[in-house]
This record gives sequence, structure tokens and C-alpha cells, in this order.
Amino acid sequence: MKAKSSSKLKTRRAVAVLEPVAPAHSVKPVASVRDRRLKFGDRWDYAPAPETVPVKIDARHELFIDGKFTPPHSGKYFDSINPATEEKLCEIAHGDSEDVDRAVKAARRAFDTVWGKMPGRERGKYLFRVARIVQERARELAILETMDGGKPIKESRDFDVPMVAAHFFHHGGWADKLQYAFPGRTPRPLGVAGQIIPWNFPLLMAAWKMAPALACGNTVVLKPSKTTSITALRLAAIFQEAGLPDGVVNIVTGTAETGGAIYHHPDVNKIAFTGSTEVGKVIAQACAGTGKRLTLELGGKAANIILEDAPLDQAVEGVVSGIYFNQGHVCCAGSRLFVQEGVFGTVIKKLRDRIQTLRVGNPLDKNTDVGAINSSAQLEKIRELVQCGIDEGAEVEQSECALPARGYWFRPTFLTNVTMSHRVAQEEIFGPVLTVMSFRTPEEALERANNTPYGLSAGVWTDKGSKIFKMVGQLRAGVVWANSYNKFDPASPFGGYKESGFGREGGMQGLAAYVNLS
Amino acid sequence: MTPFLSAPRQFRSTRVAAPTVDQVMVEERAASFARRSIKAGAKLAGLKMVVSMMDLTTLEGKDTPGKVAYLCRKALQPIEAKYQVPPCAAVCVYPKMVRHARRFLGVHSPVRVASVATGFPSGQFPQRTKLEEVRRAAGDGADEIDMVIDRGAFLAGEHRKVSDEIAAVKEACGAAHLKVILETGELVTYDNVRLASQLAMEAGADFIKTSTGKIQPAATLPVTLVMLEAIRDYFFETGVRIGMKPAGGIRTAKQSLAWLVMVKETLGDDWLDPALFRIGASTLLNDVLMQIVKTTDGHYQSADYFSLP
Repeated sequence: MKAKSSSKLKTRRAVAVLEPVAPAHSVKPVASVRDRRLKFGDRWDYAPAPETVPVKIDARHELFIDGKFTPPHSGKYFDSINPATEEKLCEIAHGDSEDVDRAVKAARRAFDTVWGKMPGRERGKYLFRVARIVQERARELAILETMDGGKPIKESRDFDVPMVAAHFFHHGGWADKLQYAFPGRTPRPLGVAGQIIPWNFPLLMAAWKMAPALACGNTVVLKPSKTTSITALRLAAIFQEAGLPDGVVNIVTGTAETGGAIYHHPDVNKIAFTGSTEVGKVIAQACAGTGKRLTLELGGKAANIILEDAPLDQAVEGVVSGIYFNQGHVCCAGSRLFVQEGVFGTVIKKLRDRIQTLRVGNPLDKNTDVGAINSSAQLEKIRELVQCGIDEGAEVEQSECALPARGYWFRPTFLTNVTMSHRVAQEEIFGPVLTVMSFRTPEEALERANNTPYGLSAGVWTDKGSKIFKMVGQLRAGVVWANSYNKFDPASPFGGYKESGFGREGGMQGLAAYVNLS
Repeated sequence: MTPFLSAPRQFRSTRVAAPTVDQVMVEERAASFARRSIKAGAKLAGLKMVVSMMDLTTLEGKDTPGKVAYLCRKALQPIEAKYQVPPCAAVCVYPKMVRHARRFLGVHSPVRVASVATGFPSGQFPQRTKLEEVRRAAGDGADEIDMVIDRGAFLAGEHRKVSDEIAAVKEACGAAHLKVILETGELVTYDNVRLASQLAMEAGADFIKTSTGKIQPAATLPVTLVMLEAIRDYFFETGVRIGMKPAGGIRTAKQSLAWLVMVKETLGDDWLDPALFRIGASTLLNDVLMQIVKTTDGHYQSADYFSLP
């Protein structure tokens, strides 16, 4: 039978060679314009891939003062909630002004007796040691951060925790080289630094604030946000493990009043705050005339500008990471997208497809792209603002993903048909919500981008280098990313213009906030 | 012919406009696909899908009809029936081996016969010989022709020449499907890859394919992503779904799943189909089978239990 079929084929070949086959093109099926859509269904779906949780969380977390975990003066505790399940994780000590006073006294003592006098290279050793322990305990910290704050494990594992270690390493390196950061001048530590941090990057903000303060010889009283205190206290345990002298770092957990006690305390030399513009203004008023040094890193409503010659597929990636990273709980989130009219339709189409592939759900699942909203209050705020946008005529585009039954969730969303005078285009939403607007010329884009009381960050997308330089020079924003977004490095200073605050954090420039120069 | 006789303007006028690609961001996005965690049921289903999308390949000077027979039998039944693994999509051989593959597989086979052609791998042959080769392979019973583009002409800016050649080969293919190999390792920049992809699709390609496997780097995740994005834009523009075939350098089951993830998240369900996505490989199959056995039975088997293609 084989022989038969082969002889048959031989004939066929001979014909083919002698008389070329007439072009009989396989006709490709053409989808109608309406059917030209991508289907992101479940032909092949990922199975759940949750990170296993071998992490122990104490039922009660105390304050960290003078190197020891101590109960609060008030005897009161509040609950810390996992926003993805609404389950209670543990109790956190509610520190009051008495506790803050104890912490400041401990910090002052540590500054006067040990840390302020210690040679830089010795201080650096502690920071390096902390950085290494953070790396060793990276998985534990990442899981805790995800359980406490709701961010995807992918981000806490690949971004937050490695950046924490990077900040300690970077500033450990500066500790004995401070005079080179300020040539011809003598840098001296300020004393006690009071630091108040937000809930969006709890551990990273703690490291971001503490590492430069410690490197420059200051001691610290830190207050984490009420909803996210666990990892800062775990960092305290790491300081203990690293043998950091008692009192150099003190962590007082609590509410806004606890924070108030810090910036009103007369023996604090410097306040560093990251959070809302509203609170930032209160702090600025409280510190005015007291001689306290102040840096503020506040809200933002960043413009991400796509020019028509941009690499569009990559620009859409940048837009997605710019606004949906960490559920949009990012002060520098690219929340206003400006697209040049020639490519507006294309960008919207691509963005619509792209958000369908974002996986929303259990933050501990390694495939989750967008986790839980940090708190019910924040979810309420996001809902209210989006509703306001709809009432004002905006069109809503949302991913169609299913959401878990419990926990605080909001689908990745973008709003079109929005103008500059819409509330959603002006106010910081601090959630996974993007407003998309168009422009016609680069000049118009600049004008619109700068038309905001904020000025923290911006993004520019174009294939043309000269356009990048022109735009970057005129954007009133502290950080401008070109053909990328949300890129961070401890060596790069970060901070804002206008109502986004003042002072820089990170890099050589960030050191200036923690030294007196003479 | 005197060189530089034609005015530079003529070169420019033959250019096709294609969107630009940002290297940093495309590489970052591509890397993110490899970080997906594919476990349990998804892993098993994914790996079986990979087998069904595989173009099992042998492209060596020492190939013989006997070697091709091994390859065909392996493609038809990669492993014992109890594991319920589908046959591979195709075998991919040199033109001379096409009739042997056809003979072994029979006229109606679940495994298709693909043949490289047009002066594979360099493409540095006169067009007449290239077309003759294609006609012959198609006449010998090849269902699919994997042609190489003239990279020399492409890099010299003679895009129309490349395009015309693809169209001529498409015509010579007759009913056979045409896969156009861009040899991305020689095009070097992502902008070139994007442009060549567009040019190939417009000239009549049914599939675009990364590499011959003879040049390093061959198929990488970012290069494939750039091509998938070109396919996406072409689909939106024309309504025609073009297939994608990464080839060369995909050796492990884990790697192959990253490619599958990329297709799923870039082009969606329609492309998770052997009709629109293939993986060209010679050594990947047994690693995939080993993982399938491990996932099914719970333990690894020695390599000796997996027959060589």
C-alpha cells in the first residue's frame, strides 16, 4: 500500500514541476469591522497560584520605643484588617501624645549619646546590615505587606521589598561620604526627625524616610498609617536583630492625633510627611515659625502625554503601569492621560483591550495584577468620584473581570468624554481610575498638563528625542518620565512642585533635607 | 551595473511606514509574561496545547528519509495514548525530505508537512531558484512553506524587492500556507522587526515566523511580542488573522508556557489555536512530555523513557 501511494505522489510531483500550479491562493477569512475584536476568554485559564503563608502575625502589636516593644500609655488597641478578606489580622497599639513624648525623649537621648556622634562608616555598617536582613526576610515581608495593604504579591515581592533593601544599601553607602555630597561644606545631623508615612507603600515609605535620616546621623520617630502598621513594626524587629542602638528608631502607631503629637512636639527638629495635600497644609501651618525643618510629599494628578509619533503599544503599557500599579494608590500615578487627536481612537482601543487582561483578585495569588483597595473609606471615595464623573457626562470603560465576594475591590477603569473642567480631571482619585483627554499640539499638551495645582510627576511618550527635551523642560513636575513610567531608584531624587509639596527624597539631593550645612 | 546609480530618493519612496517600538518597555513587558505562575490544571492543559502547536523540526545536513520517518511517527503519537497528548501540528523538513514525510504520514494526516524553502537559511539565492524550490516542495506534498526573506535586501532599504519576492513565493505556494521567516537575529532592531512583519503580512504571509534557528539570537520573548503586536494591528486594520510562529531557542516546557501566556494576553483566545500559533522546535517536545508525565503521575521519569524523534 505504501508503494502504491508513493508512486502516486511521484506522478504528482512530476506534474507540479513541469507545469507550475496555477495560483490557487488559500483565501484568508476576513472579519467584518464589527468583529475585529480580541476575545480574552477562558480557552486556557490560569489555575490559582496563591503564595503560601508561613508567616506568623502576633495577635497584638506594641509600640517600638527605645529599642523595646512596649504597650501604649492609653492601653488602647485598634484592629488591623486585611482589605482583601475584611478579616482582622491583629491588634495595633494606639499611641498617644504621652507615647510620642517617650519616643522623642528616647530618640533625643540616642542622638546625644550614641548616633549623633558615631562616625559615618559605623552608621553605614548598621544600614548595610539592615539591608541584608531585609533581603533575607524578603518573602516574609512581601507576604505581610500584601496581607496588610491589599497590594498584589507580585508587586510587594518584585518592587516594594527589593526597593526597601536598595534604599538601605544606597544610604548605607552615603553615611561615610556625606562631605562629598556637599563639597566645601560640613554637614551635621539635625537631631530628631519625626516622620509620618502613608498607607500606599507602608514598608517602602518607612525605608525611604528612615534610611537617609539615619545615614545623616539623625534619630527617628516614625508613625505609620493606621491601616498599615504591621510591616513597619516588623522592620523594627529587624532593627533589633541588626543591633541598632536603642532609641535610634522609634515607631509609634496610631491615628491622625498620634501624628499630630509628633509634629507639634517641641523637641522634634525635622518633620517629613508623605500623604494628602490637605494634611500637608495642616502640618505646614503647625511647623511654621517653630524652627522645625519640613519636607512634604503630597498628592498629584500627573499628566501622561502620548504624542502621535509615540511607540503606541509600549505607551499603552506605560499608561497601564502608570495608573493601575498598586491599584492606583500612588501619589505619582499618571491619572490624566492626554492623547494627541491623531492617535486618540487607536490608544483607546488598545487600552480597552489591555485592561481586559488585568487580573483582579486575591492579592496573594502570584498572577494577580490588581489587588484590593486599601480600605473601605478609600473605596467609598473612589466610587463617589467616579459617580460624579458619570453624573458630569463622562463615559466609563471598565474591565469585565469577576470580583471576589468579600473585600474592597474596584475594577480597572478609565473615563472618556472628560474635559479639564470635570471634577475627575482635577481631583486626585487615588484609585485605579484614569481620565483620558485629547490635545492637538505639543504646546496645548504642555499647557493642559501644567493646568493643575499639583506638580509631582508627568510622562511623555514620543519617538523623537528633541520633543522629549522640549517637553521635559517645560513641564512643572518634580519627576518626568520619558517613554517609561513609575521607574524608581534610590539614587534618583523624588519630590514635587506646587501643592505636591517641597523637598526631595532619595539620591544626593535627598540628603540635604537631613543635614545642617556650615 | 554601476553601484549608486539610483538616486537616494528612490530608496526612500519604497519604504513602508510602520509604528516604532520602544526597546526598554517592550522588553519589560515581554519579561512580565515569564513571571506568570502556571500551576496544576492550567499547566497540564497548557503543555498539551503546546504539543498541538508544535512544528517538530529537523533541519540538518545529515537528515535522511529514515530520520524523517522517526520524526513523523513521533509527531503522530508523541507519547503513550494514556496521557491523552494530541499529535504535533506539523513536521518541518528540508524540501528534499518533503516527499518522504508525505509518504510516511499519508495523504490525510493530522500532522501537516511543512518545508523550509527559498534558499534556507540564508535566502541568498536568485529568485528563480527560490520559486522553483517552492513549487517543487508544494508539488511534493508540503502543506506549508516556511520561506526566508532576503535580509540583505531588507537592510539595504529595498523593501519593495522583499515584498515582491514574498508575493511571488505566495503565488508559487498555490494552496500551501506560507510562513515568512524574518530572521530577527539579523534584523537586529525591534523597529526593523516591526516593519518586516508588516511588510510580510501585506505581501501575503499566512504566518510570520521569527527565525531559522541557525542564527543567534533566535526567538526571544520581546521579538515575538513585537510581531504579535504587528499581527494585532493588521487584524484591526484588515480583519485578517495572521498566524505567529516563534522558532529556535525554545527548549524547555517552562519557556514554552511563557510564549503561550504572551499569546493569550496579547491576541486573546482566537490565537490559542494551532491554526494561528505554532512553535518551531526540535528538542522541546520531550521536555514538555516529561512535564506532562510529571504533572499526571506526580513524579519525574528518566529521559530514557521518552523516545527520541
